[in-house]
Amino acid sequence: MNRFTYARAEQVGDAVSAAMQRRAATFIAGGTNLVDLMKENVARPDHLIDINRLPLQQVEETEDGGLRVGALVTNADLAYHPLVEARYPLLSRAILSGASAQLRNMATTGGNLLQRTRCFYFYDTATPCNKREPGSGCPAITGQNRNHAILGASEHCIATHPSDMCVALAALEAVVRVTGKGGERRVPFAELHRLPGDMPERDTTLEPGDLITAVELPPGRFAEHCTYLKVRDRASYAFALVSVAAAVELAGGTIKEARVALGGVAHKPWRDRTAEALLRGKAASTEAFQEVAEALLQDAQGYRHNGFKMALAKRAIVRALGEAVSGRQAS
Amino acid sequence: MRGEATRIGDGINRVDGRAKVTGQAKYAAEFEAEGLLHGWVVSSGVAKGKIATLDTSAALAVEGVVHVLTHENRPRLAWFDKSYRDEDAPAGSPFRPLYDDAIVYSGQPVALVVATTLEIARHAASLVRVTYKTEEHETDLAARREKARKARPGKGGYEPPPKPRGNADEALAKAAVKVDAAYESPAEHHNPMEMHATTVVHEPDGALTIYDKTQGVTNTQTYVSNVFGLKPDQVRVISPFVGGAFGSGLRPQYQVFLAVMAAQVLKRSVRVTLTRQQMFTFGYRPATWQRVALGATAEGKLEAVVHEAIGETSRFEDYVEVVVNWSGLLYQCDNARYDYKVAELDVYTPLDMRAPGAVLGLYALESAMDELSYALHMDPLALRLANYTERDQNTDKPFSSKELRACYAQGAARFGWEKRLPTPRAMREGNKLVGWGMATGIWEAMQQKAAARAVLSIDGKLVVGSGTSDIGTGTYTAMTQIAASILGLPIADVTFKLGDTTLPPAPLQGGSWTVASVGTAVKAVCEAVREQVFKLAKKMKGSPLAQASLDEVIFAGGEVRLARDPAQAVSIAAAMRAGEAFTLEEETSTLPQLQEQAKYTRATHSAVFVEVKVDEDLGKVEVTRVVSAIAGGRIVSAKTARSQILGAVVWGIGMALEEETLMDHDLGRFMNHNLAEYHVPVNADVRDIEVIFVPEEDEVVNPLGAKGLGEIGIVGVAAAIANAVFHATGKRVRDLPITLDKLL
Repeated sequence: MNRFTYARAEQVGDAVSAAMQRRAATFIAGGTNLVDLMKENVARPDHLIDINRLPLQQVEETEDGGLRVGALVTNADLAYHPLVEARYPLLSRAILSGASAQLRNMATTGGNLLQRTRCFYFYDTATPCNKREPGSGCPAITGQNRNHAILGASEHCIATHPSDMCVALAALEAVVRVTGKGGERRVPFAELHRLPGDMPERDTTLEPGDLITAVELPPGRFAEHCTYLKVRDRASYAFALVSVAAAVELAGGTIKEARVALGGVAHKPWRDRTAEALLRGKAASTEAFQEVAEALLQDAQGYRHNGFKMALAKRAIVRALGEAVSGRQAS
Repeated sequence: MRGEATRIGDGINRVDGRAKVTGQAKYAAEFEAEGLLHGWVVSSGVAKGKIATLDTSAALAVEGVVHVLTHENRPRLAWFDKSYRDEDAPAGSPFRPLYDDAIVYSGQPVALVVATTLEIARHAASLVRVTYKTEEHETDLAARREKARKARPGKGGYEPPPKPRGNADEALAKAAVKVDAAYESPAEHHNPMEMHATTVVHEPDGALTIYDKTQGVTNTQTYVSNVFGLKPDQVRVISPFVGGAFGSGLRPQYQVFLAVMAAQVLKRSVRVTLTRQQMFTFGYRPATWQRVALGATAEGKLEAVVHEAIGETSRFEDYVEVVVNWSGLLYQCDNARYDYKVAELDVYTPLDMRAPGAVLGLYALESAMDELSYALHMDPLALRLANYTERDQNTDKPFSSKELRACYAQGAARFGWEKRLPTPRAMREGNKLVGWGMATGIWEAMQQKAAARAVLSIDGKLVVGSGTSDIGTGTYTAMTQIAASILGLPIADVTFKLGDTTLPPAPLQGGSWTVASVGTAVKAVCEAVREQVFKLAKKMKGSPLAQASLDEVIFAGGEVRLARDPAQAVSIAAAMRAGEAFTLEEETSTLPQLQEQAKYTRATHSAVFVEVKVDEDLGKVEVTRVVSAIAGGRIVSAKTARSQILGAVVWGIGMALEEETLMDHDLGRFMNHNLAEYHVPVNADVRDIEVIFVPEEDEVVNPLGAKGLGEIGIVGVAAAIANAVFHATGKRVRDLPITLDKLL
């Protein structure tokens, strides 16, 4: 761990301008990921700006009937919030499938969006990693890549985004409120995280100094028909090999709209609107779900140890859509 | 209950439980010393080669850094290998930290930064710059299997494979039914909750008091004395509590070496604690390849057993364990052949991990027996019973006791085995496949020399001590219980001390022999005290026991009572007062009855029954029920005994489904070196586990009749789960762990 200075910010504006002044400054909220990364010398901020005192702790209804979640609302508080449980059970389930109760008590909404990959090589400074040290190489491509991406990867990086919550937020088409150099702006969730391309060191489209202040959820339409299915190596406290956030709006017997977001398969929560559109106007059926699954995975590419994810993802999509439609989430 | 004497076999709460849950139990890294310095280890990032440059200037420039130890500035150390050999060392040349510029494995310590605070040491360690001249490394067992060679014996307790009997290969070729399969298992790390740590207190006279995480204080004392040229009486090692070890504390690990070296160089007290990541930079269960071939008659009588194994080891030591021998002793078979080899890789030396060898050998053997049962269309349990043996054919000796038949019967009954449908994929519940599998387990029942001291005070308090350890197994409780029962004292009046080289010596805590060895010494020393008390009680003026002999009295409630008329009693305090004895003290050393024991094979046995439910679409396996029936001799402490088996079964679930240290062979480095990525079972993975202790009497193993329970609980569990998975799915996975991708 390197040496760093520490200051507590009282206002959003102060936090942002403090962050802009120092290149290697970092915000700290729950610290559940950042502190680990600092202990491993993966993150080496020279200045920590503690944002825990900022007034970003509220969950409130918006004018359009949606919900605004302050960036500092903890994962636990969000998952168990009555409005979230009632209107966005998908989000509750996704959050509760991640980490442990202790971590969820500390981790915040904004921080969850910005957690770093769990790629072994990223975490181990004795090894090369393009995400940690651009240009040093990617041993994961030929190495231990069981947890790695099958969609949207590049020759520079095959890491995945580890969040469960973000997979639900992608499906729900949340909007991220950001305050930065140019003031406040709204970033559609799909545009927050990016694919690695030739700049794997950048996980998101945020600019230096940008502070996530809130996440806004559009009015809930999927409370009756949604599921979060997480497939992992043990029953709890493991990152997803594949996860599926499925949300369906039904009109009579037919599907009016379907959303399918995948976790554990790409550098960002993965969605494919063209594939989802295949379900529009159709009756729910296993065949229809399989068609969507095939479409979602058609460009997938496996590596030595993660090829199984392609078949697994398809099965998980079919299972999740089935559960979403039936309204019965398996335990 | 206070005031009531505890008997051997009762299930009492851990006597150290309160201290542990309230944080009063102190572990190696929690002892303080004046002016304590903190060491942080810098680890190698390459697997093989030489250190080209080692620049410590930036680290030394940090305020608060006192020293950076490297191979370039280390003090003189012992020259001969034998000085570095410890009680659990295998044949070869033990690893010497900071000895020279050679890198022999990835993660090897290359420097120790010593500073006034942990934070400064950690920061400065990140500033040490090391470059390497790398050499080609080999870390993949699969790629080196052809180069495997006969292992050098030399490790304590290791038995090379027995000579073949009959002609197994010919019998196999002729057998009516046969199976022949290879089984693989990965490297696994111990991952105790407590990281390895040592606090070395540099006493004013130059002596060292060392608080170490170890499974044997004497082992650490001898090692430190030999390596650093100290007299044993200048080195006191203390280890009152160990937060799990599972074998990882059987050998002195490099943190004790580095902490002592720094203390010696600086003449200061020093603590070194390893990080979780560094817990993956020393011993582990070796990746192992096995072949088991079984031949049988059409009726299921075994005609041939062939068991071959290749385990990985380092370039510098031959780690060996008993993997294959069990196959010739568990079942009746006149033709058996074994082979055991090691393959050298550029890795650290493997290390005993709970039921070393047996847990691997029985995984393969019991998987193969299951495969054979299907080939024969025979119930897996019936196949075992058809080949039951009352004699160990490896040595041609009877068992000192063997209640395995009762394990099978009681385990099967409790599990409901008779309701099993024999065909794979025949049992379902909802959309899940249900599988029932079983396996047999075996482990040796051993006893070592041990010593104990007991002091009974006139106030009725008894203090017993032995330099053993309690790695979470319940030693404190079991020994307290043995002592209390012999003198008829309430538990609260008995204190057991351990983990200190000033106490009478005990063997390493391993091999499931602590109760058998230390318990025997505690029993003997307390019986000696009892005899003294009895003599004083008899001598008292007007003693109602004057005419009694020792076997006519009982000790209970702090009194010596006439058995046939308990009202005729003398209190221990009164007897001591009358004899003017304020304390009664005894010290005893006990040895196994080697001649008598040598006539028998002494072993614990188990039968494990498992239910799994498999979500086939997603490959997800849940272990919903386990019944483990154990024949482990006399049970000394029922509650801690049960906990031992429960913990072992949980680990068996991990071994079967989750545990694997993943090596990047390009880098020659273990990569999932943390507890988020190295998966052990979480609470949600663990469902119903039932433990049955089958009554078993044995007067040969030791005077207590206890066989030891540390290992037996895990043996067979992985096979039983793998067999249940086959029964559920029809898929035979022969490489552990059975992760979901292998079932898709």
